[in-house]
Amino acid sequence: MNYKMMGRFIGRILMVEAVFMVPAMLISLWEKEFGAVRAFMWSMGIIVVVSGLLMFLCRGSRNRFFAKEGMACVGLSWFFMSLLGCLPFYISGVIPDFVDAFFEIVSGFTTTGASILPAVEGLPKGILYWRSFSHWLGGMGVLVFLLAISSMGGRENGFTMHLLRAESPGPNVGKLVPKMKKTARILYLLYVLLTVLDVVFLMLGDMSLFEAVCTAFGTVGTGGFGIRNDSMASFSPYIQNVCTVFMILCGVNFSCFYLLLMKEFKSVFKDEELRLYLGLIVGSVVLIVWNLGDFYASLGETIRHAAFQVATIITTTGFATTDYELWPGFSKAILLSLMIIGASAGSTGGGFKCSRVLLVLKSLRRSVRKIVHPQKVQAVRLNGLPVDEKVLQNTNAYLAAYVTAVLVSFLLISVDGYSITTNLSAVLACFNNIGPGFEMVGPTCNFAAYSTFSKLVLLMDMLAGRLEIFPILILFSRTTWRHR
Amino acid sequence: MKIIIAGDGKMGAALTRKLSAEGDDLTLIDSNSEVLVSSEERYDVMVVHGNCASMHILLQAGVKEADLLIAMTGADEVNLLCCMTAHGLNENIHTIARVCNPEYTDQAYAMRDMFALSMAVNPERQAAVEIERLLKYPGFLKRDTFTKGRVEIVELRIDGKNKLCNVALNDMYGIVKCKILVCAVLRGGKAVAPGGNFVLREGDRIFVTASTDMLAMLLKNLGVITHKVKRVMLCGGGRVSYYLAKLLEGSGIGVQIIERNPERCVQLTAMLPKASIIQGDASNQILLDQEGISGCDAMATLTGLDELNMILSLYGMNNGVSQVITKLGHIDNANILGNLSLGSVVSPKELCCNTIVQYVRAMKNQTGAALTVHSIADGQAEAMEFLADDTTKNCGVPLKNLKLKKGVLVVYIGDGARMEIPNGDSSFRSGDTVYVVTNREKGICQLNDIFE
Repeated sequence: MNYKMMGRFIGRILMVEAVFMVPAMLISLWEKEFGAVRAFMWSMGIIVVVSGLLMFLCRGSRNRFFAKEGMACVGLSWFFMSLLGCLPFYISGVIPDFVDAFFEIVSGFTTTGASILPAVEGLPKGILYWRSFSHWLGGMGVLVFLLAISSMGGRENGFTMHLLRAESPGPNVGKLVPKMKKTARILYLLYVLLTVLDVVFLMLGDMSLFEAVCTAFGTVGTGGFGIRNDSMASFSPYIQNVCTVFMILCGVNFSCFYLLLMKEFKSVFKDEELRLYLGLIVGSVVLIVWNLGDFYASLGETIRHAAFQVATIITTTGFATTDYELWPGFSKAILLSLMIIGASAGSTGGGFKCSRVLLVLKSLRRSVRKIVHPQKVQAVRLNGLPVDEKVLQNTNAYLAAYVTAVLVSFLLISVDGYSITTNLSAVLACFNNIGPGFEMVGPTCNFAAYSTFSKLVLLMDMLAGRLEIFPILILFSRTTWRHR
Repeated sequence: MKIIIAGDGKMGAALTRKLSAEGDDLTLIDSNSEVLVSSEERYDVMVVHGNCASMHILLQAGVKEADLLIAMTGADEVNLLCCMTAHGLNENIHTIARVCNPEYTDQAYAMRDMFALSMAVNPERQAAVEIERLLKYPGFLKRDTFTKGRVEIVELRIDGKNKLCNVALNDMYGIVKCKILVCAVLRGGKAVAPGGNFVLREGDRIFVTASTDMLAMLLKNLGVITHKVKRVMLCGGGRVSYYLAKLLEGSGIGVQIIERNPERCVQLTAMLPKASIIQGDASNQILLDQEGISGCDAMATLTGLDELNMILSLYGMNNGVSQVITKLGHIDNANILGNLSLGSVVSPKELCCNTIVQYVRAMKNQTGAALTVHSIADGQAEAMEFLADDTTKNCGVPLKNLKLKKGVLVVYIGDGARMEIPNGDSSFRSGDTVYVVTNREKGICQLNDIFE
């Protein structure tokens, strides 16, 4: 293990985090929330000292890096970033319990949106901003940001590939252009563009700048922290529709946007994952509208609520405009299924990912055919091209890890004594980075009731879900830390 | 600059290593996905899996926006087809093809026009030419030529018997009695830019700038045996051997080739009427003794196995062959060979890569850029040729008054008629050719970059 280089990476990431706290502090200063300003100052001080120490102690290392280090580095970065990112909540006294504060920021960075705060209105504005901004930073990934702004050492810097692979979601991560730095820049450029567009559209709907920015962070990062107690319910239908559209956009693989800009429309519209993703959204909305019948006053309202809820669940955002807990069982079942499937690979959303669903189903079909024609040689194809067997193996391994992790966490948090639905949906909502689940953790409730131990379990679930299990799993493997 | 490299084999990988250090946008194409994955994880490049001569794959690799295509697969025909196709898809693209079949060598020039190639490279032939040049002046480990062959940087190894051993550079002129300049010393695997008080030690490899006319005198004064090479033994009958034998035949040197494969021997006999072809295993020492290895003036080990070449060279050295040349095909880093006395080491891969990197640099900026670049001292230092023009700073200022960056040395100044190994009072004028040796990693692209 190249500990020094990992240390330097983590140091740099913490430095980025400290810099990003500055706007939050300025907002608090502007609003004259001096308690929050002090909290931010202290936090930034601590982070800068830690990061400076790390960078100083780990200077002058070799620039060699392998897959193992890349994964462990991403896992550790996210852990430490969260550990120090929760300091403003804790120091300012907004969240007096440290584990609660940790839970809240992990929920932010992993774009989950599960909260332990019963009421957010009236909290200091700077704290609210930091809470929403954590979604934005976590959505595209902080390492990708680091790759976009700084050059990674030396002649042989192909190792950055390991970092991109570990942080970007999806079974088959690749670069858009030959240079890693340019790839990362293109991704962030698209991301910023979407955010700005969202802010503009929200402000056209009479939102204040602060509200629009915070909501846009939650939407584009597919996070789900609201700035009102009832999430999005009290905003106008126009604003809710804008959110629906942007959530759906951000659940699309960002390389599709790049291809659109490159005017390669054909390959985008033929993309099987995009078709499945959009098909699932349209199908679910139609079925839910049919199932709801005259639950709401008008058909328009039914469609609006159905579309919003479907979008918020499949992109794993976790806003709410209505309490879907009151919906009939079939609609809730659809939402639960969407929770597991999740958004597209290479998007800001979480979940199992549409492309993995495609791969798993296709290899299942191949296995069934193999029973009928045992000698048949056939490849699993995606977008017309045969998929590498290694990718299939990894996808199946991911499925196994996913199921195991969900089951184990479910068992662990069941100790607290809540109902099966509550516990299972809580685990699913955290692991898939959604936020609200059903019953006790439904859209109108929150996670405050769980014990400290359960919160820690759910917190690890969120990290594992965002980083797709392996970067977290590798931290607990003994062979990782053993000397070669 | 956007560059596509077709073929990620031995050559392609070496080229990727060099060009990615130059900061170009590289896309690699290969039909073997495993080598692609390892390249992608090692260098900052994009990879495309498939046949590089197919239009579909070339388009996927972005041939329309690319500035240069380098076809480096093992098959000449694929390389040529690849370049032609690329040129058809984008008529502004520059193309470099590797063409190494001896049957095409004579027509290489004609093919360049026919297939619209910018350059055809032949690593094996290049290696053969290099070896022939070394054989002309036995005693130098390596020769790099500038200004169309008038100035050279030669590599010498200081052993215990050498007259320069334990001599400071300031006192060197009394021994060599000609104007030369030591521009770099490789000691313990590290390149050093030496000052006047630098004392040479046993085991150092020194890099000396001299005009070509001086070389014979330099060797004579150093006491290195300089009798003409009359008989050369080549181990291995591959393509390098063939090209080399052809060149040596031309200059009347007797050639003995030892080749294991009987069919290849028959082929070689047909192609090389004057050489004596011996069928047998070169690793068999009795065979070497029988063929009179100790009576050879020089020996070149050119088999396809680096390990075997190294062993054979050591054996040749032990038997008193005065000049031994070892071909290494795979080893990137000659440092690890340490002080094994392998004689001169020639790497076809390295030579060819240098040619291509020079081409790429020339393409990148036409004005003020280095005309030629040679990497010396195991790639740790670079010798560059610049043309001073009106935009060059400090024209006419004596070198001793200039503040040059650390690790930069002006080793040669010349115009059409005058050639000068510079000392502190020398200066350059607009229109002069200036040679600079540097062991800096980056930052010297133009002549003006050498000033502090």
